[in-house]
Amino acid sequence: MTRMTTEQALTQALHEEMRRDERVLLMGEGAATKRPALAREFGPARVRNTPLAEAIIAGTAVGAAASGLRPVIDLLFAPCLTYAMDALVNSAGKLRYLSGGLCEFPLVTLAMTGSGWCVGGQHNHNLEAMFVHAPGLHVLMPSTAADSKGLLKAAIRDENPVLFFIDLGLLHQEGEVSDDPGDIVPIGKAAVPRHGRDVTLVSYAKTVPVCLQAAAELEQRGVSAEVIDLRSLKPLDTTCVLDSIARTGRLIIVHEASGLCGIAAELAALAVTRAFDALRAPVVRVTGPDAPAASSWALEQAAVPQAQQVVDAVLGLGLTGGHGGAAGEPAWRARA
Amino acid sequence: MTESQTQTLLRQFETLLLIRACEEQLVELNRQGAPDTCSSIGQEACAVGVIDALEARDRILTNHRSAAHLIARGAEPERIFAEVLGRIDGYCGGRSGTLHIAARELGIVLTSTIVGGELSLAPGVALAQKMGHGDPGAITAVFFGDGAACEGIFHEALNLAALWQLPLLFVCENNQWQAYVHRLETMADAAITAWAEGHGIATQSVDGNDIEAVHSAAKSAVAAIRADGRPQFLELRTYRLRGHSGQDDQAYVNADELRYWRSRDPLLLLRQRLSEAGGLDAHTFAALQHDAHTRIEQAVAFAQASPWPDAASLTEQVYA
Ligand SMILES: Cc1ncc(C[n+]2csc(CCOP(=O)(O)OP(=O)(O)O)c2C)c(N)n1
Ligand SMILES: [Mg+2]
Repeated sequence: MTRMTTEQALTQALHEEMRRDERVLLMGEGAATKRPALAREFGPARVRNTPLAEAIIAGTAVGAAASGLRPVIDLLFAPCLTYAMDALVNSAGKLRYLSGGLCEFPLVTLAMTGSGWCVGGQHNHNLEAMFVHAPGLHVLMPSTAADSKGLLKAAIRDENPVLFFIDLGLLHQEGEVSDDPGDIVPIGKAAVPRHGRDVTLVSYAKTVPVCLQAAAELEQRGVSAEVIDLRSLKPLDTTCVLDSIARTGRLIIVHEASGLCGIAAELAALAVTRAFDALRAPVVRVTGPDAPAASSWALEQAAVPQAQQVVDAVLGLGLTGGHGGAAGEPAWRARA
Repeated sequence: MTESQTQTLLRQFETLLLIRACEEQLVELNRQGAPDTCSSIGQEACAVGVIDALEARDRILTNHRSAAHLIARGAEPERIFAEVLGRIDGYCGGRSGTLHIAARELGIVLTSTIVGGELSLAPGVALAQKMGHGDPGAITAVFFGDGAACEGIFHEALNLAALWQLPLLFVCENNQWQAYVHRLETMADAAITAWAEGHGIATQSVDGNDIEAVHSAAKSAVAAIRADGRPQFLELRTYRLRGHSGQDDQAYVNADELRYWRSRDPLLLLRQRLSEAGGLDAHTFAALQHDAHTRIEQAVAFAQASPWPDAASLTEQVYA
């Protein structure tokens, strides 16, 4: 294991996979300038600076993927993805199916998003759910350096088009990362960074540390919270979430993206359709608002779920600690 | 040089100094922890030369590198700094931050930091003018970079503006860089004007660091648009003297190229020109520079004293 930032872990994943498979190439605006060691090792044919033109970068990647290459494209910021939407959504996501399974699109699209840099809504927009909604795509959004490396490697080896979201707020955070080039993190498997009995907190990306902080505070109050890091938004590890609900009976989902038609809504639907009998309280969502990200630090931070909000949401279920049972009248029941 | 020409150049020089002082201060604030900004240091003559050729009735669209355009149009540095620092007295109440500052009261109607966004919106602004929404005879100017010319939307905008005969001035500030990529890695040298000409649009390509050249090209383009209602295209060949944003150390920049363009700093060129014409002695220069810095210091103090937006306003203004 080596300690490194998420950014370094991602670059290491690219190095290892490009060494392993000569069909892998990296393209993007400044892809070669920003990763000079990659450019040196693999040369200008495989590490390409492109014109500033997301639509054709993505389109080229889709065409190349259907023709024997395994492109990784770096489109910088998630809002820039809308220029690339046609190639990714209409072509990569649909043409395998519409051709009767005649082609594959093994390509990875990297994009950064999330608060922390005060860049405002045209650089910071957690729009991952839009891609979850589009058939044919896989969508990943890890929270640790180790998962960033392992999942990017898995994404490059995947036969499906993968959207890989990088949380800006986690880019420079360090973690222990495996040195074994053979290690990958399988797509579609959630992680459980903290086990608990009373309530399940499900999250991904920067709100995973928020949930872990909330869980630590809840422990002080005698409430035992389990934290699930989805890592992969599509495919979604429904087994992991359902198993946890079966044990805790309570589900709270936390993410920075807007709640409307988001991952939390999907998990709430999962809970009521597949675990209704296990639920001992309403499902609660703690999410960002239905508003573009503001640049002002004060507003940017106000939009991001904080640990205290998660603690309050858990306590609002009437949990007072110790035994996993509701003591007294839960707040939601009083409101009902 | 006539006395009135000297006076015009002197006034423009003061604006260049104010922009430079503003940009340098933004870099310094960022070094101290304030948000990143994309500075126009080296490109000031483009903004001032073009905007001085426009009238109050005209409309402007710009992008992420907007401070020069704002100040050239008369924006208050106080409100620019307040916006960058995310305070309520900023032009957009702190919601924009540095990247999307619009100031409708100044006619800077739309600002997009999605590269090419400004190009996608400009034909509509000009269409509204053509259809009678706006002052009679008004035109639209859209500022964008050489990188934006690589986006497909560039061609879509040019084609539509030519086809529909829109009163639109395309102003490409070709500063040779597209974030961390040199433009010659992304396009042929003379591509930009050739593309514009391919769409049947009249084009001028001038030295963007020579404010007189910029101003006279802009004046003739604006006059042509007002006369025949058709779009015009200006390529201003200039250079981004600093990194793409913030504390970017320009490690990827060719040192000879940077040295060459530093020797062609637009402020240096105009100062020489004015000195030769007898319109600017060392004493006056020092006084003007002092005034610009004082003005910027006041602006920063104002911005730092401006309140933060109330978190309760987070979801206001999303919908009409
Ligand atoms: C669609 C899109 N892609 C990428 C970016 C990130 N980005 C911001 S500015 C910039 C470079 C733009 O170059 P150019 O158009 O030449 O303008 P300049 O920065 O040189 O003024 C890039 C790549 C963005 N904001 N929007
Ligand atoms: Mg440029």
